[in-house]
Amino acid sequence: MKRNWLKGARSAYDVVVVGSGLAGMTAANLLSKLGHSVLLVEHHYNLGGLATWFKRKGGHILDISLHGFPAGMIKTFRKYWTKEMADSVIRLKSIRFDNPQFQLNTTFDRVDFTNVLRERFGVVKEVIDEFFTTARSMNFYDELKMTTREMFEKFFPGRKDVWRFLMEPITYANGSTLDDPALTYGIVFSNFMDKGVFTFKGGTDQLIKKMKNELVKNGVDIRTHCLVEKVHLEGKAVRGVCINGQDIGCRSVLSNSNILNTVHKLVGDKHFSPEFIREVKQVRLNNSSCQVYIGIKKGETIDNAGDLLFTSVADEYNTEKILDKQVTSRTFSFYYPEIRPGSDRYSIVSSTNARYEDWANLTETQYKKAKENLIQTTLDVLEKYVPDIRKKADYFEAATPKTFKRYTLAPGGTSFGTKFEGLKISRNLPKEIPGLFHSGSVGIIMSGWLGAANYGVIVANEVDKFMRTLKDETQPLVTASV
Amino acid sequence: MTKDEVRQAILDILADIAPDEDMNSINDEATLREQIDLDSMDFLDIVMELRKRFNIEVPEKDYEQLVSMASCIQYLQPILNDRQLAS
Repeated sequence: MKRNWLKGARSAYDVVVVGSGLAGMTAANLLSKLGHSVLLVEHHYNLGGLATWFKRKGGHILDISLHGFPAGMIKTFRKYWTKEMADSVIRLKSIRFDNPQFQLNTTFDRVDFTNVLRERFGVVKEVIDEFFTTARSMNFYDELKMTTREMFEKFFPGRKDVWRFLMEPITYANGSTLDDPALTYGIVFSNFMDKGVFTFKGGTDQLIKKMKNELVKNGVDIRTHCLVEKVHLEGKAVRGVCINGQDIGCRSVLSNSNILNTVHKLVGDKHFSPEFIREVKQVRLNNSSCQVYIGIKKGETIDNAGDLLFTSVADEYNTEKILDKQVTSRTFSFYYPEIRPGSDRYSIVSSTNARYEDWANLTETQYKKAKENLIQTTLDVLEKYVPDIRKKADYFEAATPKTFKRYTLAPGGTSFGTKFEGLKISRNLPKEIPGLFHSGSVGIIMSGWLGAANYGVIVANEVDKFMRTLKDETQPLVTASV
Repeated sequence: MTKDEVRQAILDILADIAPDEDMNSINDEATLREQIDLDSMDFLDIVMELRKRFNIEVPEKDYEQLVSMASCIQYLQPILNDRQLAS
């Protein structure tokens, strides 16, 4: 008999959170602490969304997206999770670049970037300072007219080497390109430049375990293996969800699922105004990714090759090339034993941006062959930095856009949500259907760990406000408006 | 609530949000951001805490009223005053 993963669940909750990415988990935790009854629903067997890991025979633990996030995450852990989590954040020391234009090593903060830009690229200090100031001053509500390309052209005209140095890491972090709005670059770049790149000591598995414990402690009902199939409405109000064929009541839904899935599948177009749906149809998905996971044999060691390594054989940074199935650019994340105290194991994860359509229509044989080819070409490149990698490693696996789609259910296997226009749709959802909220990855600034977790908080605030207006019918909320 | 009580209530909230900052030296007239390391998420936390602790809703357009301690008190005291009378 099929196990009932909803066994013991209540018939109704204040809030149902759909999906346990960092935004969904952070929102669930906060809402529960604010006194609402919360059901957190995840279709996969693990929590975390893309902040996840997997284990393989031979004692391998492979992290999907652990390296790295900005220092701001420390504060986010402390305020919305625990001090213990905040105290486990450690800095990555060495970010390397190796491409036909330059080879260098940086600590990835403003001071070091300024030095590198002056000494290696010969840019004058005034220009660098002005660039940092411009990037720093960008915010969420700015106009979107200027693209990153135009900003680079303004500050570093014709300097494709400088562009690459500034752009490659951000493309890795949030999938943005030269043609996206400059502010999506400026915000993320400035977040990193503040203090550098950080990671979580203990690994993704420990982090998610701690988060799970905290959620349980705060009263969140967590259900894995549970797929939310539908959001039920009554008139224009949320009244429940259907999970694994079973109806559960709720007065608000916070979807951490992709925004397009939320609108088209969970709710259905007919429940929204035609103008809204027209706008939803204009939302572009961001690209997906391929990853190659390499597990080093027990007892083997590898020399320090940096924490993050941006390698490319392409002449210059180019959006098309970055997405091309004939991979020219790869980012290697090196996981040393220090990441998991008590462990003596190493692993390496290669990430490349990729297009879903390049992988979706292959026959099974072609797909297997393409995956094997991805692994082998990745090892060919890695050999340069870790000699004898094929002898030192005993576990190899590839993930493609199809893999990302299977685990996240995101359309097109997008690993970075949607382009910027998705944010407006996400924010306007409750105006269309009161009680329906969204905190998935939209507009690329919310695509990293920090952006995702903080967007969860921003939307949880809206949910709390909404729930209190429902609960406080006897004692109305005082609006401080004059 | 008196002005002093309102001030203390705001200080309590700030102390939770920024535990490493010294709240005793706050100059009421200067902006909070100049004196404490506060970002936009911290201001959101202030809004959430006001709702949680005093059932007050600060609309987005009024966020600028929270810029300094003096403006916070000026903005919040009449509302908190009503609140106490009402309950």
